[in-house]
Amino acid sequence: MEFSQIATIAGKEFWDRIRNRWVLAVSLVFTVFALSIAYFGAAQQGAVGFRSIEVTIASLVSLVIYLIPLIALLLGFDAIVGERERGSLDLLLSMPITRGELLLGKYLGLAGALAFSTVVGFGLVGIVLSAQLDLNALFHYFGFMLSSVLLGCAFLSLAVMLSVFAADRTRASGMAIAMWFFFVLVFDLLLLGVLVVTAGQWGGEALPYMLLLNPADVFRILNIFSLEDVRTLYGLSTVFPPSLARPWLLGLVMLAWIAAPLAIASWRFRR
Amino acid sequence: MADTSPAPNDASRPVILARGVRKHYGAIHAVDGVDLDIRAGELFGLIGHNGAGKSTMFKMMLGLIPLTAGEIRIDGASVTGGDFRAVRRKVGYLPENIVLYDNLNGLETLQFFARLKGVSSADNPRLLERVGLAHAARRRVREYSKGMRQRLGFAQALLGRPRILFLDEPTTGLDPEAIRGFYAILRGLREEGVTMVITSHILAEIQERVDRLSIMAAGKVQATGTVQALRESMDLPLWFEVRVAPGALETVRAALAELPLSAVEPREDGLALRCGREAKMKVLAVLSSLGAQVRDLTMREPSLEDVFFGFSD
Repeated sequence: MEFSQIATIAGKEFWDRIRNRWVLAVSLVFTVFALSIAYFGAAQQGAVGFRSIEVTIASLVSLVIYLIPLIALLLGFDAIVGERERGSLDLLLSMPITRGELLLGKYLGLAGALAFSTVVGFGLVGIVLSAQLDLNALFHYFGFMLSSVLLGCAFLSLAVMLSVFAADRTRASGMAIAMWFFFVLVFDLLLLGVLVVTAGQWGGEALPYMLLLNPADVFRILNIFSLEDVRTLYGLSTVFPPSLARPWLLGLVMLAWIAAPLAIASWRFRR
Repeated sequence: MADTSPAPNDASRPVILARGVRKHYGAIHAVDGVDLDIRAGELFGLIGHNGAGKSTMFKMMLGLIPLTAGEIRIDGASVTGGDFRAVRRKVGYLPENIVLYDNLNGLETLQFFARLKGVSSADNPRLLERVGLAHAARRRVREYSKGMRQRLGFAQALLGRPRILFLDEPTTGLDPEAIRGFYAILRGLREEGVTMVITSHILAEIQERVDRLSIMAAGKVQATGTVQALRESMDLPLWFEVRVAPGALETVRAALAELPLSAVEPREDGLALRCGREAKMKVLAVLSSLGAQVRDLTMREPSLEDVFFGFSD
């Protein structure tokens, strides 16, 4: 594996997203949403203004859990299939580069753009809020940003995997939307459904482990469990046994969610 | 193979060697047992209908798709083996209907591919000049015409002074003047000893320019050789167009009566004659003995197209 080849591909993907203002647009979306939530999140309850970091992070988590997977899937679904469909893949593959290097370069460049947008978008809000936050709150906010980056990277990895398997861009985009529905909307409902239908007879024990099968749930648990006050507000995540709720363990699970789809994509792409 | 380090410009040494190459997609035999020996420094043509297998062959020579059977060696090494990077640095490729990145300008495009190839970008402005794009170096590819994209693709193929060039329908989208310029560059490269494989569907364009060619049909090489050798092996008839002096038509017809002509057709001011290659000199002798009664004479050899259809039908 030659690092310079990966860096060349990654650099191009990253700068493409800077130049076409994708990074700017996504950062702006994050900043605007985060600021609105921080200051107007309590408007329903008749109050406006910053409340607590815990409530703010909890609200941000509910937003980010929908938004970041969608953005990541849209960013990555045509990484390979797009080159193939446009007809530029053959030329790339005729260069002194392996398919694995091309795939990893694409992923790292896109992941860099997404991570950069996330850190800039939420980081700006963090700076604005920093006057009202103590060190502990800042630490939580930083954890939220880091887990958001991991969430984006996990769904981007899934998107790149789709882009290797899909026969054309149209199908890849359909699969990306389906994947978003499944992980973000359907998965939790399915688990709950199983619990209710079997009256808790089946799946009760295994449920916490099942949650690890969805990177969006891992993200939720990572953020909720660090916040004592809001833990009780959440249903599903609170059945989670403390033995599993270690940030480093959940972080490792996220890394596995990044590595596994990429490994499958690389295996498939080489065939 | 007992190929022991020959001189770099030994014209008989195959730089590209294919043996028993097959590519099967299920029941479809896209390439079905192809042998090729492309020699150092030659401009080699690969022609065939769509679906004849030449694009598949091209992709296998470049290592883009795996072979079902057989082997391909570029400069003695496998394109997909452990030395694949070294092999690919020696190779330039211009794909058919090249697609480049719309958001990059000409120089940035070359810089990107130069990095991937691991060669310096210092020569890039000169490369753009060579293909006639110096004026558009800083314009985005989005604004390029089809011909300009093709030329930029050609410049990309020349990055790092490759020893072997694969050119797939390289003149698509070029105007006649650009086509002449393109072949002038190829002649220059040929003098530098660069080996080139070219495909084209415009047979008239390729026939005067390639050293040798292979005709592919149904996944097989039907014939390989110089255009002249292929013509002779096909034994295709030639045509004479004879312009006759006013009133001399019957005399000329009478003189030709004993010749083994396969067709005699009237023309506005004379005759068209078709004959086999073996009768060519006899026909010429008779026509020249007629003196002023024959005003003009044109001989038409079978074109590469005639040869092509002879082999591929």
